Amino acid sequence: MNVLEFESHLHEMEENIEKFRIMSEKDNIDLNKQILDLEKRLKTEKEAVYSKLTPWQTVQIARHAQRPVLEDYINLIFTDFIELHGDRRFSDDRALIGGFATLGDQKLMLIGHNRGNNVTENIERNFGMALPDGYRKALRLMELAERFGLPIVTFIDTPGAYPGIHAEERGQAEAIARNLCEMAKLKVPIVCIVTGEGGSGGALGIGVGNVILMLKHSIYSVISPEGCASILWRDGAFAEQAAESMKITAQSLKKLGVVDEIVSEPLGGAHTNPVATAKSVRSAILKHLRKLNAMKADGLIENRFEKYAHLGVFTS
Amino acid sequence: MWFKRSQPGIKPQIKKSVSDGIWIKCDQCNEIVYCKQLEEYAWICTQCNFHFRIDSHKYIQLFLDENSFQEMDAHLKSIDLLKFKDKKSYSDRLKEAKRKTGLTDAIRTGRATISGIPVVFCVMDFSFIGGSMGSVVGEKIARAVDVAGNQKLPLIIVSASGGARMMESILSLMQMAKTASRLAWFSENGGLFISILTNPTMAGVMASYAMLGDIHLAEPGALIGFAGPRVIKQTIGEELPEGFQRAKFQLDHGFVDAVVSRIDMREILIKILTFF
Ligand SMILES: [Zn+2]
Repeated sequence: MNVLEFESHLHEMEENIEKFRIMSEKDNIDLNKQILDLEKRLKTEKEAVYSKLTPWQTVQIARHAQRPVLEDYINLIFTDFIELHGDRRFSDDRALIGGFATLGDQKLMLIGHNRGNNVTENIERNFGMALPDGYRKALRLMELAERFGLPIVTFIDTPGAYPGIHAEERGQAEAIARNLCEMAKLKVPIVCIVTGEGGSGGALGIGVGNVILMLKHSIYSVISPEGCASILWRDGAFAEQAAESMKITAQSLKKLGVVDEIVSEPLGGAHTNPVATAKSVRSAILKHLRKLNAMKADGLIENRFEKYAHLGVFTS
Repeated sequence: MWFKRSQPGIKPQIKKSVSDGIWIKCDQCNEIVYCKQLEEYAWICTQCNFHFRIDSHKYIQLFLDENSFQEMDAHLKSIDLLKFKDKKSYSDRLKEAKRKTGLTDAIRTGRATISGIPVVFCVMDFSFIGGSMGSVVGEKIARAVDVAGNQKLPLIIVSASGGARMMESILSLMQMAKTASRLAWFSENGGLFISILTNPTMAGVMASYAMLGDIHLAEPGALIGFAGPRVIKQTIGEELPEGFQRAKFQLDHGFVDAVVSRIDMREILIKILTFF
């Protein structure tokens, strides 16, 4: 398990507990009281750390190498996932995938950024940075869902849309713009959840919905903290300040009205207990789908339209 | 994200010379061009066809019937809700931009006529914080689309922007969805939208309304794309091909209908508008 810097003292405490355990078993000494005591202290300390995470610490949790990715959620909470490949235009982008899936007894169209669990997978999947082909595949699947009355659920977890020559040649901007426009018009419910990193237009390209959820320690921003720092501070090393200034945490975004609900994570972050995290994700999605399923097509479109019409601050 | 000017210092030099009113050195061919001559030729270098960056006032003069522009929503002003601070505070940046440009934000919208044909006309100013799109730009476009849609008028947007305004953070990103959903409604209701792409049209603006036109017209040489060239170069670790992300590149790849010289733009607009 990768240990984050701000958690190193917690990790030491965990190691000490483990040492005591081994000692008590090996030498047959009763250290239960000491262990319980240490565990209690660990929990208190962990709660203290996690109750006042800085935005930059949240960034690190959101990007944690062991943080559950789409494939984990597919395995943990969805049944009958039938992946559908290709944009019918040029290719099948591995960074953004989708297909039919069932959640509980709810049949739906599942679409999401496809980050890997290791370096090999991440290289194959381009670290979840989609090409225009990925956004066009997503749109194809969303339109398919609409034709068969299936609600759409999108999992957002990307550093951003891929910045490359082919991506520009095939119209990265057009692909994203088209999705924003078409998603606004879809006649079926759309629930989006940011599970890790919601990076800019690459996130929004599958992120226009009736309900936007965010995992507690995920982030969502107009540009990465590093990118913001390198432009405004002219030095990427100011990423921590940029993260602070940009208000990128779920808590800040809820206050701004961009996010409708924060989905809880286990103490210590999603990676410490993917099963419990997936369970919370499952019940949050199902809860909102139940409400949205009761709405008619016009109502769903109106609801989405109004949601975005009201985002923004200015004086008049 | 908004596009970072790769050659800082060029623009102030032009501005200074323009206000001197005598001559300017062309950015592209380095020829000395007389301002009066430039003004007569839509601020295009007669030697090399370089399109100098011009502000919204000049576009209004060039494209619209004289005195026909009736500005809407000029009173909308950005606020620094997030108390955003980098090296400067957003409040100070806004004040500075207003003082420097005399504008209230990076876009002006209004009703106008072109050869007597009524239209809704929106034009961005790159000099106002890089033409970046924040809440005011998003809202003004949304309202302009509403007017065009309700009154069955063609909509024209002249874009010049590095992208979303970072200092409004996620709210600027949401303007992409806001403008795109309005245009979805507009299009469903039979509205005609002509998107004019000038130098530069990038990132969040490009990935929302600028690419949602029924007709896309680009100024020659304009940088048009999603990711900034610097970011792409960093990511792929190699030099970018000649002409990458320029207007001609977008024409060749099928994302603009025509590359149109600024001097011809009004005539082309009239042709299109009278076709319908
Ligand atoms: Zn020249």
